[in-house]
Amino acid sequence: MHLAYPAVLSALLFCTGLYGVLARRNAILVLMSVELMLNAVNLNLVAFDVWLSKAAEETLHSGQALTLFTITIAAAEIGIGLAIVLAVHRNRGTADIDKLRDTAEGHESDGPDRDASTAAQAEKAEATA
Amino acid sequence: MSPTHAALATAADTHGFLSPTGVEIVFLLVGLVTFGAALVTVTTRQLVHAALWLVVTLGGLAVEYLLLTAEFIAWVQVLIYVGSVVVLLLFGLMLTRAPIGRSPDADSGNRWAALTVALASAATLVWVVVDAFRTTWIDLDGPAAGSTRATGESLFQNWVLPFEALSVLLLAALVGAIVLSRKAKAESSSPPVNSRAKNGSSPPAPDSRNHPIGRNGSPEGTEPAEQEGAR
Amino acid sequence: MTTTTLAVLVPLLPFLGAAAGLLLGRTAPGFVRPLAVLPALASLVLAAVVAARQGGDQAINAATELTPTGSVPIELALHIDGFAALVAVLVGVVATCVQIYSTGYLREDPRYPSYAALVSLFTSAMLLVVYSGDLMVLLVGWEIMGICSYFLVGHYWETPEARAASIKAFLVTKLGDVPFLIGLFALATDAGSFRITKVLGTVASGGLDHPTLIALLLLAGVAGKSAQFPLHTWLPDAMAGPTPVSALIHAATMVAAGVYFIARLLPVFEASQAAMIVLAVMAAVTMIGSGLAALAQDDIKRVLAYSTIGQLGYMTGALAVADRGAAVFHLLSHGAFKALLFLAAGVIIHAAGTNSLAAMSRMTHLRDRVPDAFWTMTVALLALAAIPPFSGFFSKESVLGAAEHAATGHAERVPGTSGWVVLVAGLLTALLTAAYAMRLWLLAFHGRGAEAPDHGRQPLTMTVVLWVLAAPSLAVGALAYRVLPDWFDGRDLAPTLTTSVLGTGVALVGGIVTYAAWRHTTAAAARVPLGAVAAHPEGDAAQVEAEAIASHAPVYGGVAYAPDPADPGRLLLGPLHRHAAVGFHLDAVYRVLFVRPVQAGASLVRFLDREVVDTYVGGAGALPRWLGLAVRRAQTGNVQTYVSALLAGTVVLAVAAVLVATGA
Repeated sequence: MHLAYPAVLSALLFCTGLYGVLARRNAILVLMSVELMLNAVNLNLVAFDVWLSKAAEETLHSGQALTLFTITIAAAEIGIGLAIVLAVHRNRGTADIDKLRDTAEGHESDGPDRDASTAAQAEKAEATA
Repeated sequence: MSPTHAALATAADTHGFLSPTGVEIVFLLVGLVTFGAALVTVTTRQLVHAALWLVVTLGGLAVEYLLLTAEFIAWVQVLIYVGSVVVLLLFGLMLTRAPIGRSPDADSGNRWAALTVALASAATLVWVVVDAFRTTWIDLDGPAAGSTRATGESLFQNWVLPFEALSVLLLAALVGAIVLSRKAKAESSSPPVNSRAKNGSSPPAPDSRNHPIGRNGSPEGTEPAEQEGAR
Repeated sequence: MTTTTLAVLVPLLPFLGAAAGLLLGRTAPGFVRPLAVLPALASLVLAAVVAARQGGDQAINAATELTPTGSVPIELALHIDGFAALVAVLVGVVATCVQIYSTGYLREDPRYPSYAALVSLFTSAMLLVVYSGDLMVLLVGWEIMGICSYFLVGHYWETPEARAASIKAFLVTKLGDVPFLIGLFALATDAGSFRITKVLGTVASGGLDHPTLIALLLLAGVAGKSAQFPLHTWLPDAMAGPTPVSALIHAATMVAAGVYFIARLLPVFEASQAAMIVLAVMAAVTMIGSGLAALAQDDIKRVLAYSTIGQLGYMTGALAVADRGAAVFHLLSHGAFKALLFLAAGVIIHAAGTNSLAAMSRMTHLRDRVPDAFWTMTVALLALAAIPPFSGFFSKESVLGAAEHAATGHAERVPGTSGWVVLVAGLLTALLTAAYAMRLWLLAFHGRGAEAPDHGRQPLTMTVVLWVLAAPSLAVGALAYRVLPDWFDGRDLAPTLTTSVLGTGVALVGGIVTYAAWRHTTAAAARVPLGAVAAHPEGDAAQVEAEAIASHAPVYGGVAYAPDPADPGRLLLGPLHRHAAVGFHLDAVYRVLFVRPVQAGASLVRFLDREVVDTYVGGAGALPRWLGLAVRRAQTGNVQTYVSALLAGTVVLAVAAVLVATGA
C-alpha cells in the first residue's frame, strides 16, 4: 500500500479536527475535535510503524507503543477535560468557549446570570487580596 | 537524476497509483467514509449527532488500523474510544444540558478564520506529505507488523518504564477528575473550610484573606459558587 | 592639662553639645537648655585659660596628620597666637551671652532644641576657624558656619522673608566661597602646604608666584563672608532671622571670620600692592555706602545690619593699611558692642511689638518699659559712634591712626593711596555712624504719641546679658589699647591727637545735625499716624519678632522702607533717601546681572525640555502606545481566536521552513 494514503488521510483528519477546535462553540465539541486530531496522529504513527518495521526491519515498534500511549493519554485528557467543562458549566451556567472571556483587556462581566458576575467579582477580590 | 531517486521512481512505477491493490481500494473507501464522518462531526448543528458521527469516524479508523495489520491497536481503539471516550463525551453533553436537536449557534464567530487556517494547514500538510512519500510503499505481506504478539513483546521488552509511568499518569488523571467534579458538591453539603479553621485553633480575628466577597460588601457565604469562585 | 589639650577642647565642647542637643532634643527636652548653655560657658572658660597661658607670647603650634592625603598634606593643626586667643575669648563671650539670652527669647519656641544645637555647632565652627592652623581645616569651619547661618536665618521659615533671606545668605556667601576655595588651592600649591605657618614662611621668603591673583581670589571669599561690597547684600536681609542669631552670626562672629582670616594671612595680601588698594577701595565703598543706607532704614535691625557692614569696613580698612592689630582691636570691641546692640534691639522689638522705627517714634514711654535695654543701648550706640571714653572710640581711633600713618607714608609696603582712601572714608563714615546712631536712639526712645503696648516684664536672662555685654563697651577700651599691643604685633594702638580730634569732631557734628533734623521733623510725626504693632502680651519675644517681620512689608510696602515724613534721615539724605533705603539698588543690579539671566536660562532649559526633548520622548512613546492599542484590541479573551492566530503563525513558519529546506 502506498504510504501516501494513510498519511494524506491523517493530514486531512488532523485539519478537520483543527477546524473543529477553532470553530466550535461548545466545549465538549471542541474536546471531540481534539480527539479527532489525536486520532489523526495515531493513524500516522501506525502507518509509519508498519512501513518501518518492514522496510527498515525495525523491531522496536515505537509507533505502535506511542499510539497506545497516546490513546491512554487521550483517555486521561478527556476525563480531566470533561471534569473541567462540568465545573465551568456549574459555575458559569454555560459551556460555550467564547463566553469565557475573563482574560480579555478591559473585561466586564457580561455573564448571563449572576453566577458569572459574582465569580468575576470574587476573582477580582482575590487579585486585590 | 540521482541513482537513488531513479530506484524509487522504478518502485513507484511498480506500484502505480493508477493500478491500486485491493487493500488500497478498501482503505480508500473506508478513508473516505471516515473523513466524511469527521467533517460531519465538526460541522453538524446537532450536538448529539456530532458524538454519533464521531463514533463512525473512530470506527472507520479502527478498520484502517486493521487494514494496516495493526490489529491490537484497532481493538484498543474500538474498546477505549468507541466504548468509553464517546460514552464519556455523551455524558458530558447530557450533564451540561446540551440542547437536543438543531442548535443555531453551534459554531462560534471564529469559523471563517478557523476555515482559513484549517484549509491552509491542510494544503501545506498534504503537499508536504505527498511530496515526501509519494513513492514510499508499505509492504503488507508476511507476518503482521502489528499483531498482538509483536506489540506485546515490544511493549513489555522495550517500553516497560514509560508504560508504568503512564499508569501513574492515569491514576493522577483519575484522582484529578474526581476532585474536580466532586468539590462543589462536597462544599455545598459541608460547612466552609475556613469557618472550621476558625472554630479550631486560630484566634477570633476575622480572616479576611478567605472572605473576599465579604470585604466587597455582599454577605459572605451565601452561595457555594461564590466560595468556589473565590478559590 | 596642656594648653594644646585645652585648646582642642574649646571647639570640641560646643560641637559635642550640638550633637547631644540634636540627639536628645525631642526625647529629653529638659536637657536642652543646659546642653546649650554649659558647653558654650565651658569653652569660654577654657578659651580664657588658653588666652591666659598663651599670654601674647610665642604662638602655640601643634599638628597631627591623620592620614596622608596626596601631594599637599592636610593636617589637624592649631596655631594660637595673641589674635586667635583673644578672638576665641570674644566668640566664647558672645556665644555664651547669646545662648543665655536665647533661653528667654525663644522660651516657647517649639524648634528651640534644634535652634540651640545649631547655635552650638556654629560656635564650634567659629572657634575652629579661630584656632585652626591649617587652611583646609579652617575652610571646614568656614563652610559649617555658612550652612548653620542658612538654617538659623531661616528659623522663621513660615515667613517668605526668612526663606528668601536664608537662601540669599547661602548663595551670596557661596558666590564668594568658590573663588576662596580656588585661592586656597593656589596658595597651597605655591607654598606646598596648607599650614598657616608654612604659608607665612613661604611668603616671607618671597616664594609666592601669583600673589595678586591669590589675594584677589581670597578677597572674594572674605567679601562674601564679611559682607563687604559688593557681596554684602545678604547681611541686611539676614535680619529676618531671630535677633540672637543676628547678634551671634551677623555681628560678632561669622562676619568677623573674613576679617580674622585676612589678619592671619596679612603677609599674603601685603605681597600684592594691587590687592591692598582693592581692599582699601572695597573698604571705603562699603563704609560710606552702608552708612548712607543705615541712615535710611526703617527696620531697627536693618539699621544695625548696615552698621555692622560699615564697622567691618573699618576693619578691612585697617587691614588695607597693613595694621592687623587695629583691625582685630576693632573686631573685639565691635563684637562686644554690636552683640549688645542686637540683643537690646531684640528686647525693644519685643517690648514695642514692632521692628519699625517709624512705629516706635510714635510711642511714648518705650524707654520706661525697657530701662535695661535703654541704658545699655545708649552705651553701645555711644561706643558705635566712637565717643570717648567708650571702647569704640579707642578701636576706631586706632584704625584711623593707622590710616593716617600710612597716608603720610610712614608705613612700609603700604601704598599711600590706600592710606588716604581709608582715612577719608573713615572720617566720612564716622560722621554717618554718629548720625544713624543718633537717629536710631531718638526714634526708638524719644517717640511721641500713644502709649507703648505692654508685653510684660522682659525675662531676666535677656536683661542680665545686656549688662554683661555693656561692661566691655563701657570700660575696657581705655585699658585695652595699652595691653593689646603685647598680644598683637607690638604696634602702638594709642589714639593720636589729630585723628582723635577729627574723628570725635565729625561724630559730634553728625550727632548734632541729626538731632537738629529730628527737632525739625518730629512735629510731623503727630500729624501722620503710622505703624502696626503685634500685641501678644503672653507670647515670647521670638513670636513677636516673627510677626513684626512678617507684617512689615504688607504694612509699609517694603522690608526696609517706611513712608514716614517725620524721619530725620529723610531730611538729611534728601533725594538720596529713596536709593539708600533699598541699598542703592544693588539688589536690583544683581537681579539684572545674575538672577534674570539664570531665570532666563532656566526657562530656556524648561522650554527645551518641555517642547523639544519631550516632543521626541512623547513621539517615542506614541508609537508603542498605538501599537499597544492595536494589540489590546486583539486581547478579546476568546481562546479560539488566540489559537487560530497561533496556528496560522505555525503554518506560515512551517511553509517557510519547508521552502527554505527545499531550496525554493
